[in-house]
Amino acid sequence: MSTFEGALAATRERVANFRTCQFTGLKVDIAAQRLIIANAVAAVVFLAVGGLMGLLVALTRWPAVHLLPAEWFYLILTAHGANVLLFWIIFFEIAVLYFASAVLLNSRIAAPKLGWLGFVLMVVGAIITNIAVLQGESTVMFTSYPPMMARPHFYLGIILFAVGALIGVGLFFATLVIARAERTYEGSIPLVTFGALTAAIIAVFTLVSGAIILIPTMLWSMGLIRDIDPLMYKLVWWAMGHSSQQINVSAHVSVWYMIGALVLGAKPLSEKVSRGAFFLYILFLQLASAHHLLAEPGISAEWKIVNTSYMMYLAVLGSMIHGLTVPGSIEAAQRRNGFNRGVFEWLRKAPWGNPAFSGMFLSLVMFGFIGGISGVVLGTEQLNVLMHNTIYVPGHFHGTVVAGTTLAFMAGTYLVLPLIFQRDIIWPGLARIQPYLFGIGAAGISMFMMGAGTLGVARRHWDINFTDAVIGFQHSPGAFLMMGLNGISAILAALGGILYVLIVVGTALFGKKIVPGHKMTFPLHSAARVVSKYGSEGTIKLPGTIVLVTIFFLSFVLYYFVNWKYLSDLWQFR
Amino acid sequence: MAITSPERRAWWNEPVERVELIWIAVALLWGLFMFFFMIAWHFIGGQNLATEAYKVTPSAYQDKVDAFAEKYQVRDEAGTPVVRPPAGVDVYLLGRLWQWWPVLELEKGQSYRLHLSSVDWQHGFSLQPTNINIQVHPGYEHVITLTPTESGEFGIICNEFCGIGHHTMTGKIIVVDSKAETK
Ligand code: HEM
Ligand SMILES: [Cu+2]
Ligand SMILES: [Cu+2]
Repeated sequence: MSTFEGALAATRERVANFRTCQFTGLKVDIAAQRLIIANAVAAVVFLAVGGLMGLLVALTRWPAVHLLPAEWFYLILTAHGANVLLFWIIFFEIAVLYFASAVLLNSRIAAPKLGWLGFVLMVVGAIITNIAVLQGESTVMFTSYPPMMARPHFYLGIILFAVGALIGVGLFFATLVIARAERTYEGSIPLVTFGALTAAIIAVFTLVSGAIILIPTMLWSMGLIRDIDPLMYKLVWWAMGHSSQQINVSAHVSVWYMIGALVLGAKPLSEKVSRGAFFLYILFLQLASAHHLLAEPGISAEWKIVNTSYMMYLAVLGSMIHGLTVPGSIEAAQRRNGFNRGVFEWLRKAPWGNPAFSGMFLSLVMFGFIGGISGVVLGTEQLNVLMHNTIYVPGHFHGTVVAGTTLAFMAGTYLVLPLIFQRDIIWPGLARIQPYLFGIGAAGISMFMMGAGTLGVARRHWDINFTDAVIGFQHSPGAFLMMGLNGISAILAALGGILYVLIVVGTALFGKKIVPGHKMTFPLHSAARVVSKYGSEGTIKLPGTIVLVTIFFLSFVLYYFVNWKYLSDLWQFR
Repeated sequence: MAITSPERRAWWNEPVERVELIWIAVALLWGLFMFFFMIAWHFIGGQNLATEAYKVTPSAYQDKVDAFAEKYQVRDEAGTPVVRPPAGVDVYLLGRLWQWWPVLELEKGQSYRLHLSSVDWQHGFSLQPTNINIQVHPGYEHVITLTPTESGEFGIICNEFCGIGHHTMTGKIIVVDSKAETK
């Protein structure tokens, strides 16, 4: 890979400038720190823009409010998808990659100049795509299924953004190589870096798939290619679109582990198991586009079953393992911290007032219960027909990517601000409630959209009343209720989002500068300072975690069979 | 800790906790169960999406639907023909900007070979309130053997975004009791 070699070559001349973090003892390359700050700030800007668009969309879908006119609704919905799912998430992930490589490994970052080039490409690409959408001739949704066509610069912007992101990923790999060569750490890379490595490997596959499909589509839009097959497009597009969700999962699981370590002194129960679980994501990621093709014509059942299950649910197995090991490592740490009474003292006495912890734990629970379970059900070959393209689908992925990934990244920000921006959080009172506000709102939009989808409400749809349709149709009153509740939840989520943006911007600009001896408002665990050595895990029992995963498992099984029951009541088809 | 290198260099040799092993086994078995249940449903279930599909040009499909509608039309509803084919025959439904065409009248308990395609963009066949959702592509003719199990009027809405009139795209399937036939 030429970026890779270029990165290595460019890096040779630089003498890095380090500071030592007073809280963690880590050596931080100032060049890496600047890149992390830039990417995190860009991420927050796109979240602010995209999140407000989400609110507008949700208010339009609230039948009693019906805010935007149809044309604007579809336009804003297209922009919402691109700004939050692509731009917010990926900018933040690039920041996570730099943090997990350069900072956690005490290393200098490879080729920061190239990092800036990547950053500029991403910013320019994101702006171009936004302009294309706002100009109004590219209202194609961020999935841009042909034969519906956007203007060429809509695709161009996304391509530039992807190239920029790919450079960032290349820098991550190069930094790993440097750290290893310069022996900045001993033994294997930390688990969090391993998770980030998983994300980066998947990102290469994802971004390349994106280029393979979007470049011809752009040429088609310019009139240079005659035809894009809509089925083939979907297959390749989702190799980007869904595999990138595995980047998100790998990244936010890494953030969970990181927060557990920094705030509670948690360490993995078993390095082998947690790393193995990440590895499962890599093995089966390329199968991911299949569950977007379950309702399509002419695809064999065998192909669907093998692929939609990620080869017998082995990637789901990975997530279920993290679902035990993350809370398990927290329980073990809390018990060592002295909260050893009963089954749940460790959880009751957890630092619920620390937004990094509360956000992380809410994200863990909601990702599993809402996003995870609904995702498996939705991706089951036959069950898919019950909710394909209904608003159940956005319901499901607001459970994964909003309640899960976005909330985890918000929680991570409460550590990035003091450790990397070196500013203490302003407005601690508001910061304390922010994860709850956003979390409850996100859970609400996920579940109410899922509910409405179960009642047949379509996704990406302006008029639940079908006012202008020649042949009318009336949804059940329950569907209207669900969409109303969705609107109310959207307001809560938006308030949580606005608070987050205000806290980040306020802290970055006006937060108290962190000087030697500073006491953080939301302190880290004392073990963060030392390279911890705990006794054998063998003596530690985890009754609380066992109760939690048992509840999870029973909910999963129950919900799974309820949906088969629904399916068996449908008309018959074969 | 998760942010430092593993304490033991040979971390791959560490023993694994029992609770972890049990959970891995449970999750693995559950995954296998879900995998085989999808296969089993092809044998025990009445709802499996057909894989029969053909390449077709939009104009050829349009011709087939027109011929079908002309042959079996029984009346007219709001300018759209209502078509009542005899049980068991091939039935054609067309998605286009922005309607499902024509209106179909089927008999409960009878099976029909329902053909689905689009002549322009992708559309989402969404039968309501039954909630059967199938993607419709231009250029592909999807053939589904469908058996209505309840009578009444059912709406077809479109749930794939298909432009500014997407939310006006509807259609209808009327299912009549077979008793009406015999009397
Ligand atoms: C204030 C927070 C948010 C609210 C209220 C919100 C609400 C909504 C609503 C109502 C829809 C439209 C469903 C439809 O009509 O099909 C939607 C779509 C979507 N949202 Fe959000 N959302 C929020 C945040 C996010 C975030 C943070 C992400 C990603 C990380 C996200 C990703 C998406 C995507 C990918 C779509 C699908 C767009 C499409 O169908 O093309 N949303 N959102
Ligand atoms: Cu349509
Ligand atoms: Cu449509």
